[in-house]
Amino acid sequence: MSVMKRVSLIFRAKANKALDRMEDPRETLDYSYQQQVEMLTRVRRGVADVATSRKRVELQMTSLQKEVNRRDGQARDALSKGREDLARAALQNKAGLQGQLNDLQGQYSNLQEQEEKLTLASQRLQAKVDAFRTRKETIKATYTAAEAQTRINEAFSGISEEMGDIGLAIQRAEDKTAQMQARAGAIDELLASGALEDHVGGQQDAIQAELDKLGAGNEIESELARMKGEIAAGAPRQIEANANGDSSASGDLSGSEATQAAEQPQAAEQPQAGDGS
Amino acid sequence: MIVRILGEGQFQVAEDVAAKLTGLDAELDAAVSKQDETAFRAALGAAVELVRESGTSVPDDTFVTADYILPFSDATVGEVRKLLADGTIGSDSIGLP
Repeated sequence: MSVMKRVSLIFRAKANKALDRMEDPRETLDYSYQQQVEMLTRVRRGVADVATSRKRVELQMTSLQKEVNRRDGQARDALSKGREDLARAALQNKAGLQGQLNDLQGQYSNLQEQEEKLTLASQRLQAKVDAFRTRKETIKATYTAAEAQTRINEAFSGISEEMGDIGLAIQRAEDKTAQMQARAGAIDELLASGALEDHVGGQQDAIQAELDKLGAGNEIESELARMKGEIAAGAPRQIEANANGDSSASGDLSGSEATQAAEQPQAAEQPQAGDGS
Repeated sequence: MIVRILGEGQFQVAEDVAAKLTGLDAELDAAVSKQDETAFRAALGAAVELVRESGTSVPDDTFVTADYILPFSDATVGEVRKLLADGTIGSDSIGLP
């Protein structure tokens, strides 16, 4: 038998079984309505859970992107210092992180899709439940118990198919969210433990340590050179030079302020002229 | 004819569309028994698109049961096999006594 028919029979069997168990169909209208309202709460909670999960992934993507950028910066820094080996290690690390990031991006769009679908499902169920409530009151007011039977069966079967559908949709969303949370938890741990900082080296960001050492080495050399220069020039002249430097700097500042002040009126007039034309 | 796409609601489809759907349903059936994920995705995708595009949404205040129910548009063979094998859906998911 066909797939579509078999699935519809599974849903129908469920509703029929429920109908068979009812003694006074009119009373069960209210019972069913209660169940529908509970289902609405469940589906809304489902939407909120998926949204929370999606936001968490969003934060992780931001952290991973930062790490990727940092590795990229390290690679450039290493190359400029002539350390191709370090640059290569940084890029290898970056590639690993980029892989994780791409994976998360896939998960993210999946969650986004789930959230949209579940939101629509929740709106659809809300509309159905509202319609059911009206129908239920009409049935109770208008028909005798015997007459009501057929109408109740219709309304029941219709709403139970909708509920079954949404129940499955919530279940799926819950499963996907749980999977996502497990992965997100693992990535959170990685980010927290600093393991992401060193994918390749095995030590706590060995690349950065090496670059820092190179950077510090350069700074020490240039500071030494500066000190040597100062000593050669002699201390008194150094103080004098500093005093001159300060006064000329403040002179520059007031000069540039004056220029800015002179330019401002012109700049303000231009847009007005443009507005008029 | 009324067709439900799981997760998307019910659609009223014309008879000629229903005939096309029956053809796709046979493909779905074959794919499920052979556990052929690629064929399953192709047939499901085509069926879902056909219903979405040529069907009209059943109004909210209409309570009818579907003649055919299509799985979730992103369902896998495994998921559908499980649903068919269980022959039932979780009792709490239907919310009825």
